[in-house]
Amino acid sequence: MFDAQPMSRPMVTTPERESSRPLVQVLHDWMVTVDHKRLGLMYFSYGILFLVIGGVEASIMRAQLAVANNHLVSPEVFNRLFTMHGTTMIFFAAMPIVFGFANYLVPLMIGARDMAFPRLNAWGFWMSALGGIILYFSFIGGFGLYGAGSAPDVGWFAYAPLTSPAFSVGHSTDYWIVGILVSGFGSIATALNVMTTILCLRCPGMKLNRMPLFVWMNTVMAALVLVAIGPLTAAQLMLLIDRYLGGHFFDTQAGGSAVIWMHFFWIFGHPEVYILVLPAFAIVSEVIPVFSRKPIFGYSIMVAATVSIGFISLGVWAHHMFTVGMTSYANAFFVASTAAIAVPTGIKIFNWVGTMWGGKIIYKVAMLFCVAFLCQFLIAGLTGIMLASAPFDWQLGNSYFVVAHFHYVILGGIVMAVFAGTYYWYPKVVGKMMNETLGKWHFWLFVIGFHLTFDFMHVPGLLGMPRRIYTYEASRGWEVWNLIVSIGVIFQAVGVLIWAANVIWSYYKGEIAGNDPWDAWTLEWHTTSPPPDYNYAEIPVIRSRRPLWDLKHPEDPDWKYE
Amino acid sequence: MAICLGIFVVVFSLIVYAAVKYRKRPTDDNHEPPQIYGSNQVELAWTVIPILIVVVLFLAAARVIHAVEDAQFPANAIEVTAIGHQFWWEFQYPGYGFVTANELHVPVSDAAHPTPTHIILLSADTDHSFWVPQLAGKIDLIPNRRNEMWIDPHDVGHYVGQCAQYCGTQHAKMLLNVMVDSPEDFEKWTQQQKTPAVMSQQVVTGRKVFETNACMNCHTISGTTANGKFGPDLTHLMSRSTIASGAAPNTQQNLLLWVKEPDAIKPGCLMPAMQLDEQDTNAVVAYLMSLN
Repeated sequence: MFDAQPMSRPMVTTPERESSRPLVQVLHDWMVTVDHKRLGLMYFSYGILFLVIGGVEASIMRAQLAVANNHLVSPEVFNRLFTMHGTTMIFFAAMPIVFGFANYLVPLMIGARDMAFPRLNAWGFWMSALGGIILYFSFIGGFGLYGAGSAPDVGWFAYAPLTSPAFSVGHSTDYWIVGILVSGFGSIATALNVMTTILCLRCPGMKLNRMPLFVWMNTVMAALVLVAIGPLTAAQLMLLIDRYLGGHFFDTQAGGSAVIWMHFFWIFGHPEVYILVLPAFAIVSEVIPVFSRKPIFGYSIMVAATVSIGFISLGVWAHHMFTVGMTSYANAFFVASTAAIAVPTGIKIFNWVGTMWGGKIIYKVAMLFCVAFLCQFLIAGLTGIMLASAPFDWQLGNSYFVVAHFHYVILGGIVMAVFAGTYYWYPKVVGKMMNETLGKWHFWLFVIGFHLTFDFMHVPGLLGMPRRIYTYEASRGWEVWNLIVSIGVIFQAVGVLIWAANVIWSYYKGEIAGNDPWDAWTLEWHTTSPPPDYNYAEIPVIRSRRPLWDLKHPEDPDWKYE
Repeated sequence: MAICLGIFVVVFSLIVYAAVKYRKRPTDDNHEPPQIYGSNQVELAWTVIPILIVVVLFLAAARVIHAVEDAQFPANAIEVTAIGHQFWWEFQYPGYGFVTANELHVPVSDAAHPTPTHIILLSADTDHSFWVPQLAGKIDLIPNRRNEMWIDPHDVGHYVGQCAQYCGTQHAKMLLNVMVDSPEDFEKWTQQQKTPAVMSQQVVTGRKVFETNACMNCHTISGTTANGKFGPDLTHLMSRSTIASGAAPNTQQNLLLWVKEPDAIKPGCLMPAMQLDEQDTNAVVAYLMSLN
């Protein structure tokens, strides 16, 4: 294997432009496609669509909470909004976006021509799409049916017994159950596919310890999906049995247990956080080295940290349940396991800084987002350690402090990394560069808005403001903080609009990117931008973790040091 | 928290230092920087140091958990059973034999003669959470489960908290008022709560309205035929400063509105609009206002 010819120079053919063909035919091609790149893009766009919908829901909630005693929306509508916001963002925005990245990039990075099961890939995407449609159909489909249901209003973690027929009449909760159930099938299919692709379709020379960190982290992500979605699906089936077949799993009025639902949900729910954040780590681990002009610092320990995060994250779920009255031993165990996860996460942060250390950092927008990610994820991790301590959680659990904490993880961490990823890989996907000036506007507006909103959101939590309340009295002293939090939303919204404008503008007017605009080192930059249907005319053969570095620096190749 | 702040300052400075110091400058030549792949010593250091910090944090947390959860109660601790309802609080004082709602009275405790309050937490319907930030952390009230907590307040005063676990439409207006009384005031208050409802001849019409309508199906007024359990006990309604679980001050005007149109004060609450005519409404509110 190692004697094989080093990779040939990249090809320079450009695939036929689609615009020359009739629209119906183009759409039909997208509908029936099994190409991992198209499915990746569809996953991504579908996620962005729901990100916008969930963002609008969040904005309405912030408008309602900006002043005390506001009557913009009724309590019923507010409860639907936060339920739909959480459910949408987790299941139909964040997951499709990270799957989109994995789908598009994993085969390219490991030198494969497609995913292992292209048809399963398409099935997975369309299942997720169907799930989202079912969930949102509740807004319109609920009317006219028994109970005149509308969107679900039981919170995104749908604690029993609020979901039992006695407290949730009509069908809104059923839409929640079935929508997520169906998208869960899709997630499992995609996770299987990513896993199999990585294990079986690596190009010659790509041993496991030569895979890009992006691929490693997505491997662990896929493994976590396989483990975590099952319990949620099981719990949802049990809930359906409760609701329609007279079961009493969670029906407390007939001796069922509300706490069992919490266990089921969080056994899914906490690994889910890592399902979302590992792909964000994956993006950052590719972008930081390229723009620091250095290889990732401590590759092996990064892999070890990723795998240990995967394992530990399966044993921390009950830190969401410190207030349900567990014994002191159980509480202490989950404090220990939760705090333990800070160690591998800390290692990663140190290694990213170690990568930047001594480099020559080029501040393109993608890199700016990565630096913001580092700072924000650091804060998110530290508030996480505070909340890991059960006594701290007794005070601040279910308060706005927690809301600020997990938005710091999801927006400050995951979304920032996703933006970095779009600026970094857009040239590969579209063949054009994104506009850097618009990108900087997007970056600064979004970062300022983010900090206005989520820095100040910690304060009302410390002052005793619980989450999920549709209004509050002026006398509680929360008003000014909530106003600042709501103002930040405007900045973020404008930032995202500029990003969207940039994506569209650059598609038509962007500079031609070429194969490798960032002078990067992983395989996807070896093929054309956008890549041809078959990715590589010749399957590449590699000898190190940075095949393109070897190619560009034959005098000092990486494989000498491995 | 101090440890976290310390970590933040150190790591944040490192990030900023690296981000500024190692940026590419226009004067740089186009050579790539030295390619460094890692360092076992450095990586070992930033693995072991966080492990030590985590162990310290765990031990500190475990000590507090043990102190709070495994505490022993002195014999003179006050026993209260708190029951969460959609969307109000029921407080039973089994040691004194009366029931009240929404405003919890406890005696102040001092270090020399501690009189902590031991609270049993139950739920009548969905999950709730008992949270008065200045008195104690929150513990959930879960149907089919018996939780407990304790408070040991050292300052007399009025403490505001609220339900902290989403429990349905009016989760937001399920406030929790705790009055920490001096021992004398607490004694006076319990004496008053133990007495049955005042029977005044002036409000006999209102009482009749109350007892011949659905009011009595949900509310209890001790000493009368009204013994419903779905809503708050009204025996000493006027001893409370708010109605609807803290949603509005307890005034004649608000009581009238509450009986006529509860949704105007607390949309989505389970109290129905009583559909009484003007005269009956006034009579029943007059009756309620006599219950002190």
